[in-house]
Amino acid sequence: MAKDELMNYEKALEQFEVVIGLEVHVELNTKTKMFCGCRNEFGDEPNTNVCPICIALPGSLPAVNRRAVESSISIGLALGCEIAPTGRFARKNYFYPDLAKNFQTSQYDEPIAYEGQLEVEVPSGKTFTVLIERAHMEEDAGKLTHVGGNTGRIQGAEYSLVDYNRAGVPLVEIVTKPVYGAGAEAPELAAAYVRSIREIVKALGVSDARMERGNVRCDANVSLRLHGAEKLGTRTETKNVNSLRSIERAVRYEIQRQAAILAKGGTITQETRHWHEDKGATSSGRPKSDADDYRYFPEPDLVPVQPSKELIESLRAALPEQPSVRRKRLQGEWGFSDLEFRDVVNADLLDQIVETVAAGAKPQSARKWWTGELARIANAEEKDAAELAITPAEVAELATLVESGKINDRLAREVLGYVLAGEGSPSSVVAARGLEVVSDDSALLAAIDEALAKQPDVLEKIREGKVQAAGAVIGAVMQAMKGSADAGRVRELILERAAQ
Amino acid sequence: MSELIRKNASELVDLLSSGEVSSVEVTQAHIDRTAAVDSAVHSYLHVSPESALATAAEIDRKRAAGEKLHPLAGLPIAVKDNLTTTDAPTTAGSKILEGWIPQYDATVVRKIREAGMPILGKTNLDEFAMGSSTEFSAYGPSKNPWDLTRIPGGSGGGSSSAVASFQAPIAFGSDTGGSIRFPAAVTGTVGIKPTYGAVSRYGLIALASSLDQVGPVSRNVLDAALLQDLIGGHDPHDSTSLPESLGSMVEAAKRQDVKGLRVGVIKELNGEGFQAGVKARFNESLRLLEAAGAEIVEVSCPSFEYAIAAYYLILPAEASSNLAKFDSVRFGLRKAPDGNPTIERVMAATREAGFGPEVKRRIILGTYALSSGYYDAYYGSAQKVRTLIQRDFAAAFAKADVLASPTAPTTAFKLGEKLEDPLAMYLNDIATIPANLAGIPGISIPNGLADEDGLPVGIQLLAPAREDSRLYQVGAALETMHEEQWGKRMIDFAPELEVR
Repeated sequence: MAKDELMNYEKALEQFEVVIGLEVHVELNTKTKMFCGCRNEFGDEPNTNVCPICIALPGSLPAVNRRAVESSISIGLALGCEIAPTGRFARKNYFYPDLAKNFQTSQYDEPIAYEGQLEVEVPSGKTFTVLIERAHMEEDAGKLTHVGGNTGRIQGAEYSLVDYNRAGVPLVEIVTKPVYGAGAEAPELAAAYVRSIREIVKALGVSDARMERGNVRCDANVSLRLHGAEKLGTRTETKNVNSLRSIERAVRYEIQRQAAILAKGGTITQETRHWHEDKGATSSGRPKSDADDYRYFPEPDLVPVQPSKELIESLRAALPEQPSVRRKRLQGEWGFSDLEFRDVVNADLLDQIVETVAAGAKPQSARKWWTGELARIANAEEKDAAELAITPAEVAELATLVESGKINDRLAREVLGYVLAGEGSPSSVVAARGLEVVSDDSALLAAIDEALAKQPDVLEKIREGKVQAAGAVIGAVMQAMKGSADAGRVRELILERAAQ
Repeated sequence: MSELIRKNASELVDLLSSGEVSSVEVTQAHIDRTAAVDSAVHSYLHVSPESALATAAEIDRKRAAGEKLHPLAGLPIAVKDNLTTTDAPTTAGSKILEGWIPQYDATVVRKIREAGMPILGKTNLDEFAMGSSTEFSAYGPSKNPWDLTRIPGGSGGGSSSAVASFQAPIAFGSDTGGSIRFPAAVTGTVGIKPTYGAVSRYGLIALASSLDQVGPVSRNVLDAALLQDLIGGHDPHDSTSLPESLGSMVEAAKRQDVKGLRVGVIKELNGEGFQAGVKARFNESLRLLEAAGAEIVEVSCPSFEYAIAAYYLILPAEASSNLAKFDSVRFGLRKAPDGNPTIERVMAATREAGFGPEVKRRIILGTYALSSGYYDAYYGSAQKVRTLIQRDFAAAFAKADVLASPTAPTTAFKLGEKLEDPLAMYLNDIATIPANLAGIPGISIPNGLADEDGLPVGIQLLAPAREDSRLYQVGAALETMHEEQWGKRMIDFAPELEVR
């Protein structure tokens, strides 16, 4: 991959106005697929959730999943969209081996929802209104695995495997209008927007919304134009951005890359680009221009979707609270300061803390774990804390173990390491590895007496009122016990000895 | 030859239900007939004597045990080879599907199985039903039993010739632009294209989804009614199938009343290009209807002039997309080119080797018609013509209860006569295509022999959408008048075939 020339970010923003556009695909969590009765399930044996319809055997016909239509309407309503009284599906024709019919059944000129908007708050606290152009229904393709070769792409692969379990899984694609005026905060706005979409679909219960599983996927369009210019610049569409952090980095990268080209008098190629999280760079995909001719036409095998007014209104009445309202409520319930709360939101840990608190942890200790130790580990591993191999319930368990005094902070960090390494839940790690704080006083007393023997003047000092002198003995005892002692209890026992 | 095979399906149904003959006898008689004549006629691409006899024996056993059976139980049937069957190869007349045994039954096939109808075999057709003569079958043409040097019509020439040569009492056809009605007309049989959506298309290998319709082929109007009553009705697998029942066709066929009925003669379908004998027989039938109390009125459908042009844009457009699934990945033929084959090259080589000339011609036409920049001029204009034709029909049906025309401009032409001239071949369907474009039902019934060549002529009746019963009522009445006049059925004028 040739290394792109990048312009300094601040310099790029001085010269150019950034315009972004975001396409978010949300995989719905309906029981069955969009056009057939197969199970919609992630992670099953390949090609087990398939039937004549989703592998496109000759003669098969699609039938629309009612539940998927309702979920799509709910998403549209939550985004403040109008809902179309009637909408046809269309065929998007192109040959690709993950697409069984060699056309995708999608909505083209008649999306189910259109003209909405979403208030999005960026880390600085500023709020932007993102205009939604449309939200439409479509089906997912199968999953290709390219074997051999070294690119992981179809070109150069020795052979490719295709799993049609995902073929026909219902998707809603949400498309924004061009977003102007975010300036230097465009990357953060892009990530915050996707985060808001994720919160909405999770709250609606219509998607599992797990980015690492591809439940929410984002294509980021970026273009630059000189400040004051009227015409939009040529855009690129970066795909494969599978985390909020990647979205932010990819948008920033494209701004810097395009600025460097434009500043030299070059032109931007309208194309699809791929984000490489490991290299922190985008690379050129296929050119996307007039050459793309999908030969759209109305899907003749399906009648138009015509949701009744009653259905739309009942779905509207069932909408959950808006993300901004929910955030206010949670902050109040948890008693977090503004700063604490913003840290949580910006680290994308709101849902983790909700679930950790629900599993029995105190809000503050849930917050400390997620924004502290777990965030530190995630950062070192260059991923989101939510992607770590620990569930909120396990974090709650860990916090409770500490609060009950069974383990101390130092041991808790050790336990966490083993949990992340896959050794099991915190309590099973504690049991298996014997990491419990030593609460047997006789063992502690033996260690204390040994330490006191080496520092005979300590007891005297304590008796004289210099309580801090106990610190030296505590340190020695903790060292002797290899950390597996409750420092508070050690202190108590030393004071008792002094009082004798 | 056994007298059983000459009987109408409705007569066999009576003999079977009264126990006078067994299903095994009836089925065996047809199997013997096929063994005797099909090497000359070539109606079948695949015969299933064992499974047909097994079904027959099962029905006979159940009948003997006094079980309640469907009225059609034990009546054998032939199935056009573009309907999926789990126990027999389904090729759609194409090399690309040679040897493919479907994983599922078409809905209409499921229904005949549930009714206990033995399936005699799969009948020949033009490849993917693209043609009017069966000459585009990849497995060689079927012959017209009236004259083996002539075509049996198409695309359903296998079914029409099977029924006309007494190899089956009844058969399935599919009609996209006349593929049931034209073969019926040139073989002296009855063919019905029901209202679009009256019969499920699930399991019918699609040619053009918005035009295709499955229907009966028989020697008698009442026979066809028996089959349509069995296969009609809503199918959740086909969302374009009508939700409501259209009533009993058998009752309509028995009503046979034309008093006060207004028969509209379509001015545009009775003039230039129609063979003299075809016109003469048509006018005689009008006089018969008039004598029976019907009122003959003239109607005009000026947009029919554009019907063929519109049809040959809409059909190829839909077909080009429907046929995209034949890509070698999941079923059917796979051709790997020499060297290091990429998926694109394998797909291309497979389609190059697997599709015949007419299929390729239409895929190219359709791909072109849908291309950006041409869509509005071609596909868009064709859809407008479709609307105009629907309006023509609406205006005509304001003046008439049914419309009448010759089914085809000529009697059966010679094999090879029009093979090199696609436009001449397309013009055959001038009278049948408008019904498909408008989604209305049409029937072709035997209408005598042309004086100049002694070959069968058909008359077509058309009714408004959902009024299929009118066709059965009027068709059966006219059939009775004809048979009274001729002293026998028209099929009984057919020359004896040489028996092997």
